[in-house]
Amino acid sequence: MKVRIPSVLYSYTKGISEVEGRGETVDDVLRDLDRRYPGLRFRIIDETDNIRRHIMIFIDARRVASLAERVEPPAEVVIVPSISGGK
Amino acid sequence: MKRVKHNSAFRVRLWVGTRKGLWTLTSDLARKKWTIAGPEFLGQTIYHAFPDPRRPNIVVAAAKTGHLGPTVFRSVDGGKTWKEAKAPPKFTPHPKTGERALEHVFWLTAGHASEPGVWYAGTAPHGIFRSEDNGDTWASVTGFNDNPMWPRWSHQGAGANPPDLPNTHSIRIDPRDPNHVYAAFSAGGVHESLDRGKSWRPLNQGVATVFPAEKDPEFFGNDPHCFVVHPANPDRLYQQNHCGIYRLDRPGEKWTRIGNNMPKSIGDIGFPIVVHPRDPDTAWVFPMDGTEVWPRTSPGGKPAVYGTRDAGESWKRLDSGFPRSQSFLTVKRQSMGADNADPVGVYLGTTSGDIWASRDEGARWQRIAQSLPSITSVVAFRA
Repeated sequence: MKVRIPSVLYSYTKGISEVEGRGETVDDVLRDLDRRYPGLRFRIIDETDNIRRHIMIFIDARRVASLAERVEPPAEVVIVPSISGGK
Repeated sequence: MKRVKHNSAFRVRLWVGTRKGLWTLTSDLARKKWTIAGPEFLGQTIYHAFPDPRRPNIVVAAAKTGHLGPTVFRSVDGGKTWKEAKAPPKFTPHPKTGERALEHVFWLTAGHASEPGVWYAGTAPHGIFRSEDNGDTWASVTGFNDNPMWPRWSHQGAGANPPDLPNTHSIRIDPRDPNHVYAAFSAGGVHESLDRGKSWRPLNQGVATVFPAEKDPEFFGNDPHCFVVHPANPDRLYQQNHCGIYRLDRPGEKWTRIGNNMPKSIGDIGFPIVVHPRDPDTAWVFPMDGTEVWPRTSPGGKPAVYGTRDAGESWKRLDSGFPRSQSFLTVKRQSMGADNADPVGVYLGTTSGDIWASRDEGARWQRIAQSLPSITSVVAFRA
């Protein structure tokens, strides 16, 4: 399924804003991405396997609460950093 | 004391970490003219960038990018190109309190000369990590991170923490012994290990605490801002603490508040402390206003470095070249450094984005860069 990558993660995908991800859950998809773009997962998921505080993940227009949520094509996974925090 | 042969003239490079990227400034032989380069990592907070004194082409940088998780970048060509660490520091669950997450890597220290490739990192929340491959992969120093005392040392939930979380900093290796490691913890004191981090004990006797600590006076409430082990005399320790400037001569255990010898109108509050590379009696601080609401800016709006040549028994104001009024500067704990030249060059970076340099051990100061983002660290190395 399609995964939309925010610009803050372009260093991992070499500037590609939309990639393909595989898996049955959000967690599966992110681990799949991490295999192909090493280091990407830890920048948005912390070591307690929680989505980092100012990061949001959507399945289509619905915000994900848990990495265990199931995803099925043609749904799109969208990673969005919060717009807060200028300093 | 080992006599070190040194050159009196060489080019110096400053590695300047900021809230928005990494810059370098490189001097000419006279350290009069400086060329600025950068930024690398534009938009990313670079807490600390440190060249390896054992292999200066290796540079390691601790980074945090907006809302993304923390990471470490490495260069093996002196900063020309960079790669992200394969496995940056990350916590494993604490045996007692369970899961925890790293907020940022704050401090980097190259390991002992006999251990090429070894690095240490200090983090927020409090943590110590060690790399054995020049910063590419990092492992938890479990003697500290999994210590039963960690929840107390790291003030989990204590409410005494700074806004950006408490930092582990000032990791120092005794040049005589790679097993002898010191580290300092915001609101947690200076601690010492004699077994390469397997066990730790507090080293805070004599240091005033931030707030009353009935049960644990030796570490709870102790807030070192910056701690140094003198490279030429590793039994000489200094710290700039939230509660003053201190010196400790080992094997002694009790710190002496040498900041009591500072002028009362200035006080002895500050963030950084820097030592002369060869003379254990010489050190420099940048006092800040710690009165009432703690502005943490230059007292009276008149910036000055204070230097001692007698191990803190007396201090001299060194302000030639700094503005004389309406200049409220803040210099963070990693944002002051010294080179190894003769005379020693001393450097500092401000949160207002200026870099100041002295070619003559603090006697005179000139601004060599301005309008950078808020500076988080300044490290001086031979170019």
